[in-house]
Amino acid sequence: MVTSSHSRPGTPSPAGTTPPSTEPDERRKTTGRSASPTLDLSFKQRAGIWIRKHGLGPYLLLLPATAVIGALILWPAIQVGLFSFQNYGLMQISGVLPTQWVGFSNYSQILHDPEFWQSLKTSLYFALVVVPLTMIVGTLVGQLLARLGPKMRTFVSVSALLAWATPAVSASVIFVWLVDPDGGVVDWALAKLPSWLGGGAHWAGFSWTNATLPAYTVLTVMLVWTGFPFVAITVLAGLRTLPSELLEAARVDGAGAWRTFWKVTFPILRPVFLVLALLSTIWDFGVFTQAYIVTGNLGNRDEYNLGLYEYSQAFTQPPHYGLASAAAFVLTIILLIVTVGYVRAAVKQGSLA
Amino acid sequence: MTSVPVSNRAVSSRAGSARGGSARGGRRFGRASRKTVLNLLGLLVALFALFPVLWMISTAFKPATEIYSLTPHPIPLHPTLANFRAVFSGSVIGISYWTFLKNSLFITITAVVASSFIGLLAAIALGRFKFKFRTTYLIMLLIVQLLPQQALVVSLFIDFRKLNLLDSLVGLILVYTAFALPVTIWMMRNFAATVPRDLEEAAAIDGAGAWTRFWRILLPLVSPGLVATSVFAFIFAYNEFVFALTFLGTDTAKFTLPLYVEYFYGQNSTNWGAIMASSTLFTIPVLAFFLFTQRRLKSGLVAGAVKG
Repeated sequence: MVTSSHSRPGTPSPAGTTPPSTEPDERRKTTGRSASPTLDLSFKQRAGIWIRKHGLGPYLLLLPATAVIGALILWPAIQVGLFSFQNYGLMQISGVLPTQWVGFSNYSQILHDPEFWQSLKTSLYFALVVVPLTMIVGTLVGQLLARLGPKMRTFVSVSALLAWATPAVSASVIFVWLVDPDGGVVDWALAKLPSWLGGGAHWAGFSWTNATLPAYTVLTVMLVWTGFPFVAITVLAGLRTLPSELLEAARVDGAGAWRTFWKVTFPILRPVFLVLALLSTIWDFGVFTQAYIVTGNLGNRDEYNLGLYEYSQAFTQPPHYGLASAAAFVLTIILLIVTVGYVRAAVKQGSLA
Repeated sequence: MTSVPVSNRAVSSRAGSARGGSARGGRRFGRASRKTVLNLLGLLVALFALFPVLWMISTAFKPATEIYSLTPHPIPLHPTLANFRAVFSGSVIGISYWTFLKNSLFITITAVVASSFIGLLAAIALGRFKFKFRTTYLIMLLIVQLLPQQALVVSLFIDFRKLNLLDSLVGLILVYTAFALPVTIWMMRNFAATVPRDLEEAAAIDGAGAWTRFWRILLPLVSPGLVATSVFAFIFAYNEFVFALTFLGTDTAKFTLPLYVEYFYGQNSTNWGAIMASSTLFTIPVLAFFLFTQRRLKSGLVAGAVKG
């Protein structure tokens, strides 16, 4: 891993990416000069001088990370784009038939698949419900945390963060158990609830995971449960950056909590809220692990969201890697649009400094 | 456990509210009951947050008769270790929990060490150097960390199949290292930027080489940041499901803990005591680890997330 001191073969590639301000011929000249044995320097020292002279230090330091990210994230992303234009399936992966370029046929096949539109709709509605809900619950809890005494605040925020840190697989299995028709505590509690609160005996034995709406209701509660602590802690941190004079002035002027929030807190913390909303959208739109477990391991096709739809194209028999790649590309594009908003918000916030 | 320092601002705002209260007159009782209400709300939030995990633990200690009783009790009336015994002995799916714990820890720790080291190098470049493409690189990191993993998994599956990295722990280590990197670099660069340059320059004048400066000056100073970022990398790798599900298809003995819990659940979907026991044994270590390190985490969480 000692790349910095003596990686002569490695150096040309970052040098190639250096800006045109240092002309290539000039670079060659200086290389020759520093390599000439005017002083009695070791190879290591000379390499160090050469790296310093050309400002290659940061590029060398970035080399391993760039290689790993490039090979295992960027290249697969590009390859998904390529596969989406090929008829990559069982015959192709086993080498029986060669892969062929098929133009947009994968895309047109997907866009004519009602299941695709169904799953897209599910993803969309789900994000539209979960993201605002997570934001509201998280913001309310953040406001509550700001008003609690230090000990209580620590207790509540640590408890909340434990929910956030609970692995998705555990959370899913736990929630499936909570809503289990035989022995689950949720059905039991709902059956005990008075009827004016929507409770009643008809809840006993209610199955939550066999239809789309109940299953995604469970997923909604689970993802709000997982997501609100992050929002709450971030909002709390944001609230602490607010100048207390402002809040006090609002109070003196007789503004209630509701007005203070919308007239003072929200406008100042708007970038924070924007980033949180965009991040939640990205996380919730294609949510995989929780949806996979709650809707029953790809077994119920009508309960797919876009993530499950895409995955099932590749990993249920027979595999259609081309179709899956086209769906993955659509999913990625949708999320990239959100991501662009996120990056812009991050730039505005000055976090690239 | 007092991790949140009471800032001066919080104190002064509370003093302010006291003043405001007395100005309006006769609100002393109102303030006391307001505090009670707030504390009750706080307890409610904590209960909502903890309930699923507590219910999991409680179920894991219940005998089957209590699990399916008509009135569920929050605390087991006749606690039993039978569920845990079934998980440890592997009597349900044939392989003991320890195998999966070993797999998970091996993969996670290797990936965390690798991504921390590689990430630190990159963070030094981004935090301490000005160079062209720096902003581009940071934006690339932001985008890369948000690419949907289930989209890339198709492509990685085909590559790994060719490279014989399916059903292999090495394959997962590679993927976890790569996917932990963007966040690691992103968070660590703030820590790397805070190390005073003078210190390094002084050492350089005293004749310390780049390597010595790295080990003796930079590393000790960024180690708090290193701890925070590696906790995140650890939680990510330990909890990861999609890649494990896809790459470790057939060889049960190579499963990681999350895959094991899911598989266990799939194989015995009515044996909730044992399922919750397996889930407890998977969850509690990471939650304990998180509790243990959360003091350092919170600043990192906020610095890493809000600021990007």
